[in-house]
Amino acid sequence: MYSKEFLEQLYRSMIRIRLCEESLVEPILRGEVKCPVHLYSGQEAIAAGVCAALDEKDYIFGTHRSHGHYLAKGGGMRELVAEVFCKEAGCSKGRGGSMHIIDPAKGVMGSVPIVGGTISLALGAALASKIRKEKRVTVSFFGDGATGEGVLYESLNFASLKRLPIIFACENNFYSTHLPIRECRPENDIIKIGKPFCIQSYKVNGNNVLKVYEAASKAVEFCRKGEGPILIEFTTYRLRGHVGPDDNIQGTHADIRPQEEIERWKKKDPIKNLERVLINNRISKKEDLRKIKQEVEQEVEAAHVFARMSSNPNPEELAKYVFRE
Amino acid sequence: MPLGTRKLSYSLAINEALHQLMLNDESVFIIGQGVKSPWYVGNTCKGLLEEFGPERIIDTPVSENAMTGAAIGAALVGMKPIVVHPRMDFMMYGLDSIINQAANWRYMFGGRSSVPVVIWGIINRGGEQAAQHSQALQALFTHIPGLKVVMPSTPHDAKGLMIAAVRDCNPVIFIDDRWLYSIEEEVPEEIYEVPIGRGIIRKHGEQVTVVATSFMVHEALKASASLQKEGIDVEVLDLRSFKPMDTELIFSSVKKTGRLVIADAAWKTCGLAAEIGALVFETIFEYLKAPVKRVTLPDIPAPASRILEEVYYPTAKNIVQAVRSVIGTKISVKIKEVGT
Repeated sequence: MYSKEFLEQLYRSMIRIRLCEESLVEPILRGEVKCPVHLYSGQEAIAAGVCAALDEKDYIFGTHRSHGHYLAKGGGMRELVAEVFCKEAGCSKGRGGSMHIIDPAKGVMGSVPIVGGTISLALGAALASKIRKEKRVTVSFFGDGATGEGVLYESLNFASLKRLPIIFACENNFYSTHLPIRECRPENDIIKIGKPFCIQSYKVNGNNVLKVYEAASKAVEFCRKGEGPILIEFTTYRLRGHVGPDDNIQGTHADIRPQEEIERWKKKDPIKNLERVLINNRISKKEDLRKIKQEVEQEVEAAHVFARMSSNPNPEELAKYVFRE
Repeated sequence: MPLGTRKLSYSLAINEALHQLMLNDESVFIIGQGVKSPWYVGNTCKGLLEEFGPERIIDTPVSENAMTGAAIGAALVGMKPIVVHPRMDFMMYGLDSIINQAANWRYMFGGRSSVPVVIWGIINRGGEQAAQHSQALQALFTHIPGLKVVMPSTPHDAKGLMIAAVRDCNPVIFIDDRWLYSIEEEVPEEIYEVPIGRGIIRKHGEQVTVVATSFMVHEALKASASLQKEGIDVEVLDLRSFKPMDTELIFSSVKKTGRLVIADAAWKTCGLAAEIGALVFETIFEYLKAPVKRVTLPDIPAPASRILEEVYYPTAKNIVQAVRSVIGTKISVKIKEVGT
């Protein structure tokens, strides 16, 4: 029911995230990248599927783990990698690092590491759209850890009260940094938090990009009709550590999650899932996918070259950007 | 043709600013608890709902954290929101979005996004309202890079600073004392700005500078009138804006008088008075003829009992005592000659 072109676009979107994320592993281990990097590997289907359902003018707000959201929404890869290297040519001019990425022209309105920190900001962006009577939709991405923050419930209530065009997109990867969800919540079914606020809520397999896209498209349609907000819980798993390549606590180089759990989820890799669909249904040839991958490899390589060639911020400009004149 | 002036109360001067701002710019809206109710916001929001409707005058559930964040979020997609906290104490729930988000936003994104929001906190002290309805937290916000902080003391400035705050491209913390709401003076009818970052001399004098904030300006003027009878000539400087601060005006006044009293009805430790004192010591120490004196609240939460309130809040009397003491004392350390 989807065109080959569209499905390969989804594939490309996920591959761009995966290869870009994985390209950062070595520079992190070598100490070339110092800022905290929270890799998105394993969760690509959510960013790719949700952003495929959005228009360029729609807004997204992110978290500490937002490289995927930024890339899927159209943010430039060169500027992202340069920002991770804290260079002047980075998307935040080297003032933000990996945890603060932005591309307002593409609707990437900002990401921050304060857990739950952008939920109310996304709420305000949706409120602005309602006041201006635009058909614009805002997506607030947050993790299962943010369900411990009170501001989420205030925001769900107000969004529902004012019927705001906002999608609360919870990526449940079952760990709040190091702490398993069962130690954070008496109830693992995050979807249930929508009910007391009369919010339509769906639970979706976040490793199946087509299911993600379907749910997001439905949610976007409701929001554009003035029937928002919508809450979607995407179940997923990160293939890397909380921060850095393989550590849950920076510097320990040890993942505290059970090995068999990690192995089980590796089999559910969202990219392999889509590859199977494309090949088994004879939509794409292996060669087509290989070609996409090669193109993306070149793009990633070029982004690293760009980042390395870029200059560092000028110490004389330390005070720049505090206030807008 | 310029419009005239007529007398307006402080709260109605704010009300006029809000009407004019909303009429002139469709991106301005007001959000906060009690904007429909005079019990919360006095008559500052009178007639707004009728004129601009519930889409732009948004009374909210008790959710200060999300509402402050929502105003900030709307600002960074191009609106010019005013979020009001009718009791500043409740604004503490919104500190994440004010300090972590709004204040840092422009810097941490390398100037690619800015936050033209006004966060309006009303200090509702006195009346036996006790510790959680009385706090004056201007120093807390002045401490944070990326925030501008203003505190007008007169109806004219309340209108002009509200307009300047809304037109500013940065987050501005607008703080007012409910105690000032009934003060009246001539206020121009047209829309005008009082520039953020500029103080004003309310009374010229030669012997002692009193830098005052908010209602302490009025106490300082009373003190000055009574000291004049003793032959002490006081200069009263209304700071109006704490960040950016008009340090040039403070320095030029203190260079002239050589004596400084700072009157800020907020806590003493790490407060504005401490900051102003430090700036003067650091920059123009050689001009001082006497130690700097602070008139502030004691480092104690606000009490309920009116008997205790009377000793808690500083008045003109405390300023008179402070001025007398700096006139009577001299700096005993040896100071190098100016210009050597």
